[in-house]
Amino acid sequence: MQLAGPNGAGKTSLLRIIAGFAAPDEGDIFWREKSITKSYDEFARELLFIGHKTGVNAQLTALENVRFWLQIQGYSNEQDLYPLLASIGLVGLEDVPVRTLSAGQQRRVALLRLWLNDAKLWILDEPFTALDKSGVAFLQDRFTSHLENGGAILLTTHQDLTTHFNDLQTVTLEYRH
Amino acid sequence: MLRKHSYLQLFTAVCKKDLQLAFRQRAEIVNPLLFFLIVITLFPLAIGPEPGLLARMAPGIIWVAALLSTMLGLDKIFRDDFHDGSLEQLIASSYPLPLTVLAKVCAHWVITGLPLVLMTPLFALLLNLDSQSLVATVFTLLLGTPLLSFIGAIGAGLTVGLQKGGILMSLLVLPLYIPVLIFATSAIDTSSMSLDYSGQLAILGAMLVVAVMSAPIAISSALKVSVS
Repeated sequence: MQLAGPNGAGKTSLLRIIAGFAAPDEGDIFWREKSITKSYDEFARELLFIGHKTGVNAQLTALENVRFWLQIQGYSNEQDLYPLLASIGLVGLEDVPVRTLSAGQQRRVALLRLWLNDAKLWILDEPFTALDKSGVAFLQDRFTSHLENGGAILLTTHQDLTTHFNDLQTVTLEYRH
Repeated sequence: MLRKHSYLQLFTAVCKKDLQLAFRQRAEIVNPLLFFLIVITLFPLAIGPEPGLLARMAPGIIWVAALLSTMLGLDKIFRDDFHDGSLEQLIASSYPLPLTVLAKVCAHWVITGLPLVLMTPLFALLLNLDSQSLVATVFTLLLGTPLLSFIGAIGAGLTVGLQKGGILMSLLVLPLYIPVLIFATSAIDTSSMSLDYSGQLAILGAMLVVAVMSAPIAISSALKVSVS
């Protein structure tokens, strides 16, 4: 599902409310028929959130960032990450602090998580920002395989999706004063 | 994907990251210590180098300097994580946030509190503190500085989202440090009179236990408020 709307319409705010970081003024968010405010841990186990601020520490290297993320999400940390780094185009850069990488490469470091999780629901805020064309295509391939495995994606983007997704729904928020 | 839900893994990962970062930016460890040292050397210059007077004032000086240098480092504890979005990832993890927070505060103490305790014998020399009081000072710092980190982290969590939260945090946190200061300096005073000061240490210990149990929960709530 794609959230669309002009700048300031509240896309990011809505995503943050759905992810449980902010409380809604009215109403509640339900995941598997349970309110997420009541059973947040259960919801968090099936949620992958990559926001505008990606959660990548600029002082650490790409590899350290990914391993840290795996550990705090409770995934095993022993797997070999190099094939994945190679496929996303970060080989040779895994041992330098992320702050020395370009914006697109930093975004790739954050997006590595998409290949390293078993979450059902992905909430992505502007995932294509700063990515080049091949990066965008690569990411959309990953979206396709996630959807084929029965996952759900909720994202905001200003770019048109180049891949055709069968059951893509677009919700447009309007800017109101 | 293999999930291996282990609280120990989370705790060590969070601790290790913060220590790693601190050692990469060594100024973060060294600066509060230098500040501590400078504050302590200012007192003999300002009051006059009379050994008896200095020894009498030493516990107070060391403790006030410890309070202030802990305050210096507190600002950093959640700031980077807040700005780069790591805090959101920690909240959206399936682990309980208080445990993560506990790990972060422990790492913070290792970075700021522990070096202070280790350097105390040196400062004691500067202030002509006798060995009896030195032992008491080290004990009170050992129990007291983690307490300062825990209490301070609540203030840091509440103010991390603000543009200039530093001053506000000091105003919130410093009054809460007063009980720690009272019991710590009272213990050192008692020891200088060759009396038993285990009572004061026990109270500090009890405060530390309460802080370890309850502060992480308060800090987590504070962080959730700051993130939303």
